[in-house]
Amino acid sequence: MPKRNTYITVIFIFILAFFAINLNYPVYFNKGTDFINAKTNLKIPHFWEKPFQLGLDLQGGFYLVYEADFSNTQVVEKDKAAIMEGLRDVIERRINLFGVKEPSVKIQKQRLIVELAGVKSSAEALQMIGQTPYLEFKEPKSNYQEIITNNQKIYEAGKGELEDPFQSTSLTGRYLVKSEVTFASTTNKPEISLQFNDEGAKIFEELTSRNVGKPLAIYVDQQLLSAPTVQEAISGGKAQITGNFTVEEAQKLARNLNAGALPVNINLISHQSVGPTLGKISLEKSLKAGMLGFLAVIIFMILFYRLPGLLASLALGIYVAIILSLFKLIPVTLTLAGIAGFILSIGMAVDANILIFARMREEIKEGKPYSAAMEEGFRRAWSSIRDSNSNTLIVSLILFTFGTSFVKGFAFTLILGVLVSMFSAVFITTNFLRLFKSKKEGKVGWLWR
Amino acid sequence: MQINFLKYRKLYYTFSGILILVSVFSLIIYRLNFGVDFTGGTQMQLAFNGDRISNEKVQEMLSDLKLGNLSLQQVGDKELILEMENINEDTHQKILDKLGGSVEEESFESVGPVIGKELQKKTWIFAILVLIAIIFFIAFAFRRASKPISSWQYGVVAALVAFFHDILIPLGIFSLLGKVFGVAVTIPIVVGLLTILGYSVHDTIVVFDRIRENILRNRDSSFEEIVNKSLRQTLIRSINTSLTSLIVLLAMFFFGGETLKYFTLVLILGITTGTYSSIFIASPILVTWLNRRKKI
Repeated sequence: MPKRNTYITVIFIFILAFFAINLNYPVYFNKGTDFINAKTNLKIPHFWEKPFQLGLDLQGGFYLVYEADFSNTQVVEKDKAAIMEGLRDVIERRINLFGVKEPSVKIQKQRLIVELAGVKSSAEALQMIGQTPYLEFKEPKSNYQEIITNNQKIYEAGKGELEDPFQSTSLTGRYLVKSEVTFASTTNKPEISLQFNDEGAKIFEELTSRNVGKPLAIYVDQQLLSAPTVQEAISGGKAQITGNFTVEEAQKLARNLNAGALPVNINLISHQSVGPTLGKISLEKSLKAGMLGFLAVIIFMILFYRLPGLLASLALGIYVAIILSLFKLIPVTLTLAGIAGFILSIGMAVDANILIFARMREEIKEGKPYSAAMEEGFRRAWSSIRDSNSNTLIVSLILFTFGTSFVKGFAFTLILGVLVSMFSAVFITTNFLRLFKSKKEGKVGWLWR
Repeated sequence: MQINFLKYRKLYYTFSGILILVSVFSLIIYRLNFGVDFTGGTQMQLAFNGDRISNEKVQEMLSDLKLGNLSLQQVGDKELILEMENINEDTHQKILDKLGGSVEEESFESVGPVIGKELQKKTWIFAILVLIAIIFFIAFAFRRASKPISSWQYGVVAALVAFFHDILIPLGIFSLLGKVFGVAVTIPIVVGLLTILGYSVHDTIVVFDRIRENILRNRDSSFEEIVNKSLRQTLIRSINTSLTSLIVLLAMFFFGGETLKYFTLVLILGITTGTYSSIFIASPILVTWLNRRKKI
């Protein structure tokens, strides 16, 4: 007879499977609870509905790689990282103007990797993203206070056009040598110090003497970053922006100023875009292929291994449910490559079962009773299962560090697949098999051969 | 079943030898047709809204733009793939304007030459890393098996057979496919090849593992007998494990859409040659190697 622990383990496996299945497809569960809730006054909550995250190639979108060109600047190596961060902020702001959901802009050494999902590529968008950032200082128009009160009214009324209270000056990023975060000597508060070149210093002096007590606006890409009030006329080209900044805010402002000050061109060196239709077709087709492959593997396993094959198929079903739930929980952004890795892992997940069953058959042929053959088959097969899976794991781990998104997606799902499939073969299938230990096992022996 | 696998080993060596030679020649003569992701360039996939426009007509429509190395390839019922030199966004939009409302752009990929070169270099490094990792891993896994074959010999045989057999033959086939159908070697295909490296070694490990176990069990049998016995015992499971993977891959190849077609093809080829080589090449080589050493 099977041990009590086996029953407990199998019950645990089914509870796990129940959760995994509902996490993937909560429709039936939620309909069921609606039905019960309508008849009784039990308030059973709905199952957590969490969608899969689809990558660019499945929902459409674009992937851009920009390289920053420092050749026109005299930036030293150690400052480059900060400037790249500044450029990233600038690009993020530009993208936000399109209203893209969850844009991703990543820095890779001197490159910026931009991923935009769910948008169609357009010439204007690309041109706008790839512009060299433009920094300018603006001064208030003579009647700026009036304009601000007017704007306030227009804003409250919700109609009419807002007027910019600031006007352009000749002071632009070209005259700014650098900006950095410093700390005030007495209060130790973070502030941003600016340093202009000689020409810039003169313009800045004129500008500040003209506008004492008024705000001076700093714009990058036509967007207002900050508008500090001028305390006094500043000569010598060095200025501090003070205020209640946190260190992070100060750093952000400083790096945005730097990004706008330097003539750093960003060049598009790689561009990929996928239309939403192709993405949808790819997704549908790969899912269909996955389903067909899954069914074919199940049919093969049952025909070839009979009862153990059926148990392995059940375990494979649970495996699929667990993997899909992990995709949702981690969450893994699913790409076509990731789905390919997952589908391949379905084929590989039963490998461990095949190794165990083949070994069991040999032991049964040698005349061992079922339970002994089972434990022995499992014990003997384990070293090959461990070695061959470790090998796939090592290869996938190396591939994972390759960096390209296709490779990463494939390697990651394969890694996940190998780990979960070892669990499913070793833990789920063997515990199912243990359920069938009984005194009558001689009579049903044909099921195993 | 008492097949003597090793008896005909010269036949297997000859068969594989011919395949490898053909592949090497094809690689030398036709080389590989690398995709835009390695060479730099532009690839556009378009779908016709209505009837397909002939390639000549499309060429004509785009002739003003003077696109370098333009090639057109019809795919599926209504798709067209354009490949050309690296172009900027302006030219990209002009192409779409020229073709007007008759097409819809399904995907666009433009890779600068710098990135392509980087990827080529990176791919080599990774292929070598994977190979070294495999040799070390097998040597480690088989560290307790020392007689009559040492652990590193298992590793070297498995890895080299995988590399020269299971990678070279699919590569050769792809060079022929590139010549005949214009199939390009892209990143997915390289990833497929590296995965095969892992997979085919996985098959070989199952056999080697059995040899290791049988050596411990049958101290008085000859090495050749042991290898033969191990092959007989593992034959069905080797075929079955590959078969389950092949089943899902075939499903992907036939129903999974164009994008992944050649990626699955490379895996199918690799798994087939990998299974063959783990049974008919890797283990016989162990025997041949041992015999040769004895003669010396």
